[in-house]
Amino acid sequence: MDILNAIVAILNYVIVPATTYGAQLALGALGVTLIYGILRFSNFAQGDTMAFGTAITIMVTWGLQSLGIGFGPLPTALLALPFGIAITCALLLGTDRVVYRYYRTVRAAPVILVMVSVGVMFLMNGITRILIGVDEIKFADGARFLISASEFKSWTGLTEPLAIRSTQAITVIVAGLLVWALFWFLAKTRTGKSMRAYADNEDLALLSGINPDRVVTVTWIIAGALATTAGVLYGLDKSFKAFSYFQLVLPIFAAAVVGGLGNPLGAIAGGFIVAYSEVAVTYAWKKVAGYLFPSWDTDSLLQLLSTDYKFAVSFTILIIVLLFKPTGLFKGKAY
Amino acid sequence: MSTRQPDAAKGGKFRAPLLFAVMAALIVMEGLTTGWDSALVILNMGIISAIMALGLNMQWGYAGLFNSGVVGFTALGGLAPVLISMPPTGGAMSQGGWQILGALLIAVLALVVATKLNHRLHGAARAAGVVAALVIGFVLFRAVFDPAVARVQAINPASQGYLGGLGLPVLLAWPVGAVLAAAAAWAIGKTSLGLRSDYLAIATLGIGEIIVAVLKNEEWLDRGVLNVTGIPRPWPVPYEVDLQADPGFVARMQGWGIDPVTGSTLTVKLIYMGLFGIVLALLLWGAQLALKSPWGRMMRAIRDNETAAAAMGKNVTRRHLQIFMLGAAVMGLAGAMMITLDGQMTPASYNPLRYTFLILVMVVVGGSGNNWGSVLGAVLVWFLWIKAEAWGPEIMNLAISHMSEGPLRQHLFDAAPQMRVIVMGLLLLLVLRFSPRGLLPEK
Amino acid sequence: MSRGPGMSFLDASNMTGGYGVSDILHDCTLRVEKGQIAVIVGPNGAGKSTAMKAVFGMLKLRGGSVTLDGEDITALSPQERVRKGMGFVPQVNNVFPTMTVEENLEMGAYIREDDYRDTMEQVYELFPILREKRHQHAGELSGGQRQQVAVGRALMTKPKLLMLDEPTAGVSPIVMDELFDRIIEVARTGISILMVEQNARQALEIADTGYVLVQGANKYTDTGAALMADPEVRRTFLGG
Repeated sequence: MDILNAIVAILNYVIVPATTYGAQLALGALGVTLIYGILRFSNFAQGDTMAFGTAITIMVTWGLQSLGIGFGPLPTALLALPFGIAITCALLLGTDRVVYRYYRTVRAAPVILVMVSVGVMFLMNGITRILIGVDEIKFADGARFLISASEFKSWTGLTEPLAIRSTQAITVIVAGLLVWALFWFLAKTRTGKSMRAYADNEDLALLSGINPDRVVTVTWIIAGALATTAGVLYGLDKSFKAFSYFQLVLPIFAAAVVGGLGNPLGAIAGGFIVAYSEVAVTYAWKKVAGYLFPSWDTDSLLQLLSTDYKFAVSFTILIIVLLFKPTGLFKGKAY
Repeated sequence: MSTRQPDAAKGGKFRAPLLFAVMAALIVMEGLTTGWDSALVILNMGIISAIMALGLNMQWGYAGLFNSGVVGFTALGGLAPVLISMPPTGGAMSQGGWQILGALLIAVLALVVATKLNHRLHGAARAAGVVAALVIGFVLFRAVFDPAVARVQAINPASQGYLGGLGLPVLLAWPVGAVLAAAAAWAIGKTSLGLRSDYLAIATLGIGEIIVAVLKNEEWLDRGVLNVTGIPRPWPVPYEVDLQADPGFVARMQGWGIDPVTGSTLTVKLIYMGLFGIVLALLLWGAQLALKSPWGRMMRAIRDNETAAAAMGKNVTRRHLQIFMLGAAVMGLAGAMMITLDGQMTPASYNPLRYTFLILVMVVVGGSGNNWGSVLGAVLVWFLWIKAEAWGPEIMNLAISHMSEGPLRQHLFDAAPQMRVIVMGLLLLLVLRFSPRGLLPEK
Repeated sequence: MSRGPGMSFLDASNMTGGYGVSDILHDCTLRVEKGQIAVIVGPNGAGKSTAMKAVFGMLKLRGGSVTLDGEDITALSPQERVRKGMGFVPQVNNVFPTMTVEENLEMGAYIREDDYRDTMEQVYELFPILREKRHQHAGELSGGQRQQVAVGRALMTKPKLLMLDEPTAGVSPIVMDELFDRIIEVARTGISILMVEQNARQALEIADTGYVLVQGANKYTDTGAALMADPEVRRTFLGG
């Protein structure tokens, strides 16, 4: 039995990638849950907002690279990120002004707003396709690894490698900072509190003199920042492809529902729950089992589901939560 | 939907015939300018889209249920022609087919046991019992399933490697497709109806993606991304080569001054059109009848005021489950028809933008809750979708004609076909905002 | 009774209006003097809450006027009336449930630009339990405590007139007495109170003025004590 190598294998193939992915999902789910809490609809355009923000960031990155501007060992895309966020926020605010605001004034049913968000999804999808095309794009530059497999092996003398890519470390750090800033904002600032008040009890918030337009504006800005950052981190870590961003809507929604729609803390927990389940269920555990039970000889890969079915994992979690606890693990709004 | 706009229906009783005339004129114009073959291709797919839209209209228009998984129900319906009409693969059943069915039976049994335990037990025992049933079921399932699949997929993998079908007439597959889709709708409706409306939207998005993933990856079932080709044609559609070999047909075509090859392709498409047209007409008749029946009135009453309907003792969730399954069945039927028309099953082509959200645009543009509107919206939007792919580059060409040659110009030109996605988004948003009842408003 | 229009601190005169085509209020008049308590009582469906909402601008009036401290506010929105010195405590959903007690009070003071710590201190002195629970979520408090949060939230703008829509609905008799005591204390600080109450007897006991509404119109108007003493009022509205 070789516990050390087994642990390293789990770290390398499950914990590290799932933590990274979980951080990306958490950011996306935070955006969904904030919009749900304040604007009161499930935003189907979330994935395409992420794609749009990432596309802009990639284009700015290319511009910076052609000017010879880099960010040292860090990816140039991090330098470009603020531009991506700014333009995405501008687009979202424009969309709100032209599209969503009307439905707020007529107090349309949430399901109408979901339908409207499908229209916005089409628009953003089309704009992204025109801007940057439909092909897969890799845009990570800078240092490749924080810890490389060979370094780790020579340090520790273990047979099993542990590699941490710099994009993985950056994802966790950036997501952590952003979440910290968001929670600080919501808990401590007057505007943040007014947003929570608006989400909690719209009528009473209006009665207290809270300006709904301001709350909505700030919400879209935060949603834009979260979506763009989530998209760029995902793209750095894996790659950018408009369609796979669209598909991210499912695990992101699952994360938000699992945590409890409208509950920011729940969105983060949900992101990690979905990510860990997805990675753990689609990982082939044969290697780990080999270290732990060397005498056990099996030709099965010990993989519960093939990676082609990773969305089935989000979906299953979603269904389990809908069946047993529709308000989510952290109390959200289910009805 | 609930955004009422009473003065939207301008034109009175001539509005619908007029708009249908416009639709017909567009198809005729396409025939005269591009060619009748192209016009019929658009029309046939338009009719299939109209059936999908009818199904979605039952869910969204009659009942206000947001289904974002149309692609899944359509794809599942498309599986039926493979299962029904393809010849069985020799030895596949004895090699592993029965075993696969056994494995699926084990999976179903495990789910049933888990559900029963969930009802019977309480507290910690309940959780433990349910989890144990599922885990044991899963392990057993995989132990039986995996080796059988491997054996089936090893049979002549270049052209078969799957169970094959029953070798029955493909027309039988159409109702089977409807049943398959309705079964999936039952499962998803059972879990997410009765909760917030958004939850159904999210859950259907999930089931849609999963059904497509299954069809793409389970090669023993439908060869996955390897595609199943050569699905037989339905009675009474002939094959072009047979027509061309028929001296009587050739003579008749030459008599009309039509090239026999062109004539044969047109004939085939016209017969398909007739076949699909009959199905559409029957469905439309049935849907209209249902809508005007007490059942349809109740459905709309529930949609317009769920709370009041529930207070009147209507079991809203049960009604919703009915209509959700019915709508899905119609989508499944359309899916089976589409695969029959194509003559092949290509799971990788099921794209949610095209098969879910475009259908949504059709229903909303046509007029939510109006069956004729769905048909009109479907054909018009489908026409626009096809033509916009060609128009995009032409318009872009005009717009960038003054630009100097360069990478930007090339990029814009290459991206122009994507403009249709934006066009659809704009169309949906404009209709929702300014004419929420669509081209043909619900009465 | 020599009060002319415009002389009372709050003067809502001859209010007529409703939500749809038919009127709910018919020529209804409500007046409150500085630092006094006025109570609206009446049978179910008498338009009590509607009358209060009309005073607060949540109902469009077809006729009549509302003046506060001599200023005509008939055309103002509820939010603008808050700025003019009205505080309103709705009957239900009157706190921010996932926010702490202290945050609820802060949100009450949202429109204030100045330092509101003194006011918060006053609220805590009035409702000591709130100081104790200031870091708890309002949604986790008992019904009576939640009503105190709601009143405290409305007091944070330092209103000149505080309006309470059935503040004692659904609380126990002991809690009700305590709430009424607090309301008297609020009035002693110079704040006028207009209150709708189901518990007519107890409410009239603390009322300087009582309004009995029937079908959206004034039926009886007098001091609380006089109404309690009126046999006709006792028989029809106070259950003997």
